[in-house]
Amino acid sequence: MKVGRQSWKFNNDVYIQETATAVGPMEAQGPLGQYFDKKYDNSYCGKKTWEQAESQLIRDAVEGVFSKTNLKEKDISVVFAGDLINQIVPTHYTFRDFNIPFFGVYGACSTSMESLLLSAVFVDSDQAKIAMAATSSHNMTAERQYRNPTEYGGPKPDCAQYTVTGAGVALVSHTASKIKIESATAGIIVDAGQNNPNDMGPAMAPAAAQTIKQHFEDLQIDENYYDLIVTGDLAKGGSPILIDILKGDGYNIKDIHDDCGKLIYGNDQPVFSGGSGCGCCAVVTYGFIKELLKTKKVKKVLIVATGALLNPIILQQKETIPCIAHAVALSVVE
Amino acid sequence: MKTKKYDKVIQKHEVKPKYGLNMLISFVFGGFVCLFGQFLIEIYVHWFGLVRDTASTLSIVSVILITSILTGFGVYDTFGQKAKAGAFIPISGFANSLTSAALEGKNEGIVLGIATNLFKLAGAVIVFSIVSAYVFGIIRYFLVEFNLVPQLEHVVYLMVNMVGLY
Amino acid sequence: MIFLKAFIVGGIICAIGQFILDYFKLTPAHVTCSFVVIGAALDVFGLYDRLIKFAGAGAQLPIMSFGHSVMHGAMEKSEQLGFIGIGMGMFNLTAVGITSAILFAFFTALIFKPKG
Repeated sequence: MKVGRQSWKFNNDVYIQETATAVGPMEAQGPLGQYFDKKYDNSYCGKKTWEQAESQLIRDAVEGVFSKTNLKEKDISVVFAGDLINQIVPTHYTFRDFNIPFFGVYGACSTSMESLLLSAVFVDSDQAKIAMAATSSHNMTAERQYRNPTEYGGPKPDCAQYTVTGAGVALVSHTASKIKIESATAGIIVDAGQNNPNDMGPAMAPAAAQTIKQHFEDLQIDENYYDLIVTGDLAKGGSPILIDILKGDGYNIKDIHDDCGKLIYGNDQPVFSGGSGCGCCAVVTYGFIKELLKTKKVKKVLIVATGALLNPIILQQKETIPCIAHAVALSVVE
Repeated sequence: MKTKKYDKVIQKHEVKPKYGLNMLISFVFGGFVCLFGQFLIEIYVHWFGLVRDTASTLSIVSVILITSILTGFGVYDTFGQKAKAGAFIPISGFANSLTSAALEGKNEGIVLGIATNLFKLAGAVIVFSIVSAYVFGIIRYFLVEFNLVPQLEHVVYLMVNMVGLY
Repeated sequence: MIFLKAFIVGGIICAIGQFILDYFKLTPAHVTCSFVVIGAALDVFGLYDRLIKFAGAGAQLPIMSFGHSVMHGAMEKSEQLGFIGIGMGMFNLTAVGITSAILFAFFTALIFKPKG
């Protein structure tokens, strides 16, 4: 049911039935390595090109949820899926092998929660029996497209981020499981006037703050409702800004805030200020946060995935970077 | 929503790059790359008996070759990240930009991938060097025509000597 | 002695490039383009030649010397052939640099695979 300006409250028992993740070498070697289902030791994932590798990651995650639940493609009512690449081709080339009603979505790095939100709305209103949300990103495909050739030696500043190589898939349905999707808030596009593509944290933080604030207002709750508020990829640059903006709005999330971009990599890995990419929030949520909920280490979590909606050409036209943040609230069933 | 109301908060958390440290790193690494180039020149002159001019040219070509090979092995990008400007200011940066762009296009074939993308990053450097050479060349040409060069050279050398560069 | 001068002059040029990159938040492409223009400008009065005599590879390896070589070749040819020589001589000194870079880049791309 729609509540307030931007949110939905799911009163009809919507659950995350199952999840699966597939990641590349850097993520497998990171502190959350044990929480991922399929791990590759090579960025090519056994394929000839990186775009095919990203497709393979999505395929692994999709087949992962099928094998964990014994479901088949005919059981899935609809899939919402996307990635970072032009025309979301890795996603399309994966799902051409599956005959599932398909909606492609693009929210840059917010795609994971955008697809999960849409899946939850469809299931809640019984427009779908089982909905699938799929997201991925790949470091090399993103570098090629948005920045420079992968072997290029030009130095990156410390505020840059490292795109995660990983894919995450979730199945949403009325089938009872330990993890309930309570509510969700869709973001509005927020352009805070930032124009540095190597420093996305400050550009995305205002969008995350707007979505979190609106979420609290729409559902008439405050920060004390949640044990953990996790952002997708604000990393070291954007997190302090988010905390500051919300403090100005009267919400103190300092002690319950963390970020997937900070969680997924260790301090010894060469990742600048942290992870980014839509795969970042997807694999951390569907791998690690899911375990935290299952083991009741946290009971109520708000996942806020943030995306920067730019491309290299428009930035060269002296434009600024508009961003968006989609939030989904998960809770453990007692 | 387009807004500037977050400017102050963002400004407050701005992390400035470490200017001094970065300059020092670039100085050391860049110096070593040039030192290596000089070393090659001396080898070509003393061991191979080449004229200094030829040795200089060969040294540049050698650095380009070594850079291309390192880029092919996938290690130059790590060096470039560590060495900062010390890696992309010397001619090795030019060679790396050509090789990395060519490597990137490998999957799209030889014509449309490798050959088309070769100058993706380095094209700008060549364009600017040609255009500026034309502009400055025409200026110098007219200075020579009107016999202004000796006087102006005198003024410029005076300025330079005052700065104590030489 | 020449080694020390090469090290110091090459290092200083790179350090200046790094500062421009950091302070003005430009890309390496912007910095290298500015440097080749400066290299060409410094050859109007033969200043860059003097730097090369002083520091050897320290002045010849940085990208500035590319702009200098283009300009130098243009000037040499224009002394022989007049105005038309400016265009004719530009690639004289830089030809081997550009051609070898293209050659090596092409064959490296044929042989190797990018590792990311």
